[in-house]
This record gives sequence, structure tokens and C-alpha cells, in this order.
Amino acid sequence: MTTKRLIVGAHYGLRDWLVQRITAVIIIAYTLVLLGWVCTLPEFTYGNWAGMFASPWMKVLTLLALLSVMWHAWVGVRDIFMDYIKPTGLRLFLLIATIIALFGYAMWAITILWSV
Amino acid sequence: MADAAQKAPDGTRREFRNLHVTQIVGYRLPLAGIVSILHRISGALMFVVGIPLVLYLFQQSLTSEISFEGYRTIVSHWFVKLVLLGLAWAYLHHLFAGIRYLLLDLHIGVEKAPSRKTALATLVISLTLTLVVALKIFGAF
Repeated sequence: MTTKRLIVGAHYGLRDWLVQRITAVIIIAYTLVLLGWVCTLPEFTYGNWAGMFASPWMKVLTLLALLSVMWHAWVGVRDIFMDYIKPTGLRLFLLIATIIALFGYAMWAITILWSV
Repeated sequence: MADAAQKAPDGTRREFRNLHVTQIVGYRLPLAGIVSILHRISGALMFVVGIPLVLYLFQQSLTSEISFEGYRTIVSHWFVKLVLLGLAWAYLHHLFAGIRYLLLDLHIGVEKAPSRKTALATLVISLTLTLVVALKIFGAF
């Protein structure tokens, strides 16, 4: 069996294109949910604020939004590096550093959310 | 494809290259071009400063009652307010320019005149809302 993997042509990058848009819509939706919820808080106190994130639903929604941010940032930052950073070694270094940073941020987000 | 192979007067083949980031200042960009480059700049700003700063503040605000007070002290500093205002602009610009791109994907506002209109709308809406945020964080209401 042969696998034909398309590595050139108009369809290369379609997945990233789609990811960029799906994650964008998730981030917009979460922004509206968060804004709406914060507006219903009677007062911005620790109890009210932390209480919002105590709900498992909010934890999962927030994590989904933050993971979307990380994936969205990956596609965008990678595009910027591909356009402007020409030396291969430097570009590879920056891409790896970006992956490590975004992965670290995702882990950090999980520890913050599940410590409430 | 004949155009792409056009020869320059001296007979050499003309070379077309992408703009480099350092050449941008020398070009007069159309409005859509300004929105586009600001989309990149705002995205880069949120990646470099926004994500780590917001996660840090998020952690401070949630960990405990004491750290929440610490969070309030940090965000009441004028310089932090200024940075957060910059990030608010970046978020708002990125958001509205992004919605414009989603509409373009749906073939809405692709023609020259409407595209210019939506580019202008993106700048006006994001800058107006940034002004509202500025008035809010610096205590006008």
C-alpha cells in the first residue's frame, strides 16, 4: 500500500487555515461568555471572581478557550517566522522556542484553573 | 503566466520578491494593508507580552484572597495600566480585523470599495473601543 501525502500545492496548509478560523470563533464566543458573566457579578470581589471559576463548566470552557489561544498563536507566530526569518537555523530555533513556550503556557493554565 | 516571465529592458528576467518587514515604512499602504500589518503586529504583541502577563495576572487574581489584593495593587500601577491598554488595543484590533477576514472568507466585502469601507470600520471601531477602555482604566467612569 502506498501513502500519497500531498506536500505541495494549493491544499497544503488547509488544515492550519481551518484551525486558525475555528479557534478564532471559539475565542470570540468565550470572550462574550466571560464579559457577560462578569457583568452579572454584583461586585468584583475575590469571592465572586473565584466562585465563577469554581464551576467545572467554567473550568472546561476556559481551558478550551486558552488551548484555542495557544493553537491560534502557534499558527500565527509560525507564519510570521516563515515570512520574515530566513536563516534556517535561527528559524528552527525560534519555532522550537515557540512550541516550548506555548506548551508551557498550556500547562500553566491547567494548574491555575484546577487550583481554584 | 506570460506576465510573470516579462523581461526587463536590459534583457534580464525580472525578479518579484515579497516585501521585507524593514521595507514597510517606505511604502504607502492602502487601508486594508494597514489593517493587515496591524493584525500581525497586534498578534505578535499578544504572543510576546499578552499571554504570559495575562496568565500571571489570572493566577494572582485566583490563588487566594491575599494574592487577589496583590493583583489589585499590580493593576493599579500606571505603567501596568498602560501595558494593559496596549494589549486591549491589540486584542480589539485583532478581533475586529479577524471578523473582517472571516467575512472575506464568506465572500462578503471582497470588492475594492466595500473592502476599503470594512478596513476603515475595523480601525474606527477598534480605536473607539480602545478609547472607552482607556477612560475606564484611568477612572473617567
